[in-house]
Amino acid sequence: MKKIFIHEEYCMNCRLCEVHCIVQNSKTRNIIKAYKGEYPKPVSRVLVEEQGYLSFALQCRHCEDAPCLEACITGAMHRDPESGAVLADEERCVGCWMCIMVCPFGVISRNVEGKRVISKCNLCQGEEIPVCVKNCPNEAIVFEEEK
Amino acid sequence: MRYVIIGNGPAGTAAVEGIREADPKGGITVISDEGVMNYSKPLLSYLLARKVKKNQLAHRPENFYGRNGVELLLKKKAVKLETAQKRVVLSDSSSVPYDQLLIATGGAPIPLKISGKKTQGIFTFTRLEEAEELIRYLKDHSVREAVVVGGGLIGLKAMEGLLGRDISVTLVELADRVLSATFDRRASKIIEGALKKEGCRVFLKNTLAKIVGDRSGRVKEVVLSNQRKIPCQVIIEAVGVLPNVGWLKGTEVRCDRGILVNEYLQTSAEGVFAAGDCCQPPGFFGGPPGVLPIWPSAVRQGKVAGFNMTGGKKEYEGALVMNSVELCGIPTISVGLTDPREENGFETLESVSEEKGIYKKLVLRDDRIVGALFVGDISRAGVYTGLIKEAVKIGELKGHLLKESFGLIHLPKDYRKHYVIGEGIEV
Amino acid sequence: MAKGKMTPEFKVLRDMEKCVSCQVCHRLCSNDAHLYDSETGVVSSEDSRCVGCHFCESLCPTGALSIRRNPSEIKQNALWSGRALEDISRQAATGGVLLTGMGNDRPFPVYFDHLLLNASQVTNPSIDPLREPMELRTYLGGKPDRLEVKEGQKPEEVLKSFLSSQIRLETPILFTAMSYGSISLNAVKSLAMAAKEAGTLWNTGEGGLHPDLYPYGPHLVVQVASGRFGVHKEYLEAGAAIEIKIGQGAKPGIGGHLPGEKVTEEISRTRMIPAGTDALSPAPHHDIYSIEDLKQLIYALKEAVRYRKPVGVKIAAVHNVAPIASGIVRAGADFVVIDGLRGGTGAAPRVIRDHVGIPIELAISVVDQRLREEGQRNRASLIAAGGFRNSADVIKAVALGADAVYVGTSALVALGCHVCQKCYTGKCNWGIATQDPNLTKRLNPEIGARRLVNLLRAWSLEIKEMLGGMGINALESLRGNREQLRAVGLAETDMKILGVKPAGEAW
Repeated sequence: MKKIFIHEEYCMNCRLCEVHCIVQNSKTRNIIKAYKGEYPKPVSRVLVEEQGYLSFALQCRHCEDAPCLEACITGAMHRDPESGAVLADEERCVGCWMCIMVCPFGVISRNVEGKRVISKCNLCQGEEIPVCVKNCPNEAIVFEEEK
Repeated sequence: MRYVIIGNGPAGTAAVEGIREADPKGGITVISDEGVMNYSKPLLSYLLARKVKKNQLAHRPENFYGRNGVELLLKKKAVKLETAQKRVVLSDSSSVPYDQLLIATGGAPIPLKISGKKTQGIFTFTRLEEAEELIRYLKDHSVREAVVVGGGLIGLKAMEGLLGRDISVTLVELADRVLSATFDRRASKIIEGALKKEGCRVFLKNTLAKIVGDRSGRVKEVVLSNQRKIPCQVIIEAVGVLPNVGWLKGTEVRCDRGILVNEYLQTSAEGVFAAGDCCQPPGFFGGPPGVLPIWPSAVRQGKVAGFNMTGGKKEYEGALVMNSVELCGIPTISVGLTDPREENGFETLESVSEEKGIYKKLVLRDDRIVGALFVGDISRAGVYTGLIKEAVKIGELKGHLLKESFGLIHLPKDYRKHYVIGEGIEV
Repeated sequence: MAKGKMTPEFKVLRDMEKCVSCQVCHRLCSNDAHLYDSETGVVSSEDSRCVGCHFCESLCPTGALSIRRNPSEIKQNALWSGRALEDISRQAATGGVLLTGMGNDRPFPVYFDHLLLNASQVTNPSIDPLREPMELRTYLGGKPDRLEVKEGQKPEEVLKSFLSSQIRLETPILFTAMSYGSISLNAVKSLAMAAKEAGTLWNTGEGGLHPDLYPYGPHLVVQVASGRFGVHKEYLEAGAAIEIKIGQGAKPGIGGHLPGEKVTEEISRTRMIPAGTDALSPAPHHDIYSIEDLKQLIYALKEAVRYRKPVGVKIAAVHNVAPIASGIVRAGADFVVIDGLRGGTGAAPRVIRDHVGIPIELAISVVDQRLREEGQRNRASLIAAGGFRNSADVIKAVALGADAVYVGTSALVALGCHVCQKCYTGKCNWGIATQDPNLTKRLNPEIGARRLVNLLRAWSLEIKEMLGGMGINALESLRGNREQLRAVGLAETDMKILGVKPAGEAW
């Protein structure tokens, strides 16, 4: 399964990954409209952690043994058999936040302004390569087969 | 190989998945005493609050049983276990033989010991039938006032559901605060404040002394232990849940409060496993085994038990108490020992913001986090759960732990790398 | 007293319709030229801090940013430009030497832009490089005066004449000396990885050799400069060749200076100097005061590596470059590097960079001609350096007599450099001329090496095309072949020095 790997030594904390994630998850997929026109403002599913000069982008790891799959009380969290990605069905989510409680990476967020359900990376289903990877100017995140 | 699973809740379905991981062919029979194919009990409060519809209660798709080669027996209750003959006797007198058995019967509500129980309008809130009855009753009798007995998780979720239907609610709790089992004093106070804001009346250190019915035999008021009279048309009992183990009396399966199991989720009877709300597994922090009736634990136990039923030897890491519940719009998460009784050896870190309504607390022991409590701001709470589970030494990180920017980046690189092998990807 | 107007060199134009306050520019600018007001959510700019490196413009996701030159609009004056006035003002205020980075930016003539190449028509037909083999392979090192062969022997025993050590290059373009210290380790790694992949060489410069880079030794020219930084036995053994640096085109006559702030722990270890101290290279080697001294050092180094590696000398192109080069070849150097007026640097006084030295085109021509006249052109390879911008410059240099060409600025531009000339501040946003870990991580060596290899490949293909157009299939045939060049718009004396006929004149 192709997953996103992180090279923290090349992340420059520009957060363009977050910018493009927001655009990808907006209604219009146009950066100016997404930032200025849309309400609620779409949420980024990737977050950049920083400390001193170290930084890296962190999104859902699509774990093989994903604790969120076990914690979900509605079955909204499920695994896509083709891509192997862990996907969240926002229509079924009721906002119990159990997944947030168990995700050791803390990459699931409460979408408060929107439907009051969770937001999580879905590996940009439908795109050839996730937009965060595509737009990272320094190849600090790459999309590769697991070894 | 014949696998039989008694119980069709999260532990039962997870066990199906656990079995199929190792044995794609063995026959599986799931026995359920309810009539619905599959539904998630925690969603009942959302059903009551009209946030989900009845057809949205399933947590597994319809074809789950067919796809996994499972024979599903509905409306059949297991009444007797004969370990010598390796079979389960059902309520309709038929018997189901097994090679490996999993008991996942869950729990049943603890009944209120009080007179006037035959009055109409008294409900528990743990099964779909009961929830549907309650909803019908609320509609049929234009209920305007309700009393909820029990300020624990189930009680508070039921109360939320009722408030969502514009019913005024009075909460009665025996302890001196709500959620005394999961929260500490400050967190309980925050929730009590929020409840009052929503117009809910809260009576602490109280219980029901008497139930009074009207001429048609329906509830019309209750009398509390402090003599207060509260008019109401519906009473919801939510004082607690006990594992369903009465039917195992006299069998080889040893029980305490729940079914005692070892780290492989095996009971004292050969070929018999237990998982979910009905079992009593070793605790995460050592100590005496305890019952832990929460969804993620049930699923994990079911999966491990299922896998072990095929001959595997997966260890269950122990039950770690954790709860996530949003009350009156305030999200809360509690993990591990949030309110340790003894002072010795425990250290507490707190971060409070009254204006924002945020309270964060971490409990440390031996330089490791053993408890986490978040009220109002639950972002990235799972990171702390991970630190508890992995028993990571905190050391110099103490000052950073409750900062907003705290994340995996503060942890030593080898922890980040080590943690993820096998479960996810190299960070 | 009013101190005089300091016009910001650049103006940051921000299209507010397009700016979405994503704060990428604010986070990235090492000069803090972009500011974010968290109350209003607006990003604004402080023009005076902008150095014109264009990093923000390249990364802005909506293209809202535009960096514009902002020349000082004083009264028009052919002699007293705004820049002249501001330099005086600055020196009056500080009393200091004005520093700069990169190469000469003054409008002295660029002779390459006055030289044109030939092509075949009718006779001596063109060769298609995609169909016929074309050789760019170059061997650096002295060639013997005559070649004696023994026929009918095994291949290894055919050659009777002694052949000193040679280095094989797959393309005549090498990466010039850029020291670890003036540029980041990631930038050096990019050069090393690209040199290995493309079959050419990179150069340590004055910075010594970082332990991570020893694996790239077979593609390395180690430099012995006046400060002798990082020079020890393993260092000499590590490279494929040794280069004694006498001078540098950007600052002929003076030594190098790496400020103490840039001397980190790693650099201290690599250069073998205490951390935090200024790394000063003296102007002369204090053991070389005559050509005989140089000969002594050349042979000492040859002995140290048992004659297995070529030892060369690098000088700046100055007025007497021809006799100096002649002396160097006589002193036993296997290759001579001439670094011209346009050569770059990490830090140098601006007056010296702009007003000292001569252009490489003239220097290479006179050195090549002088060595041929003296009959010793074969004894050393000539490497030209200093401001090669494209493959045409390279091929013209070869036609004027160079065996190979060193590129510096072009390589850095390939890595992202926009020649803002602020290298000496150590705040290079592209992660090239800095040691700040916040900035150096912006240069991913994998990407850097990829881009450099692409550049070399592109230029090599273009050179092959141009050679093919002239009906030549080996670069060797173009070496010093001035007949393939013609000059346009040059004076008689220039053409005479270059040895090139005016365009229009046939052979």
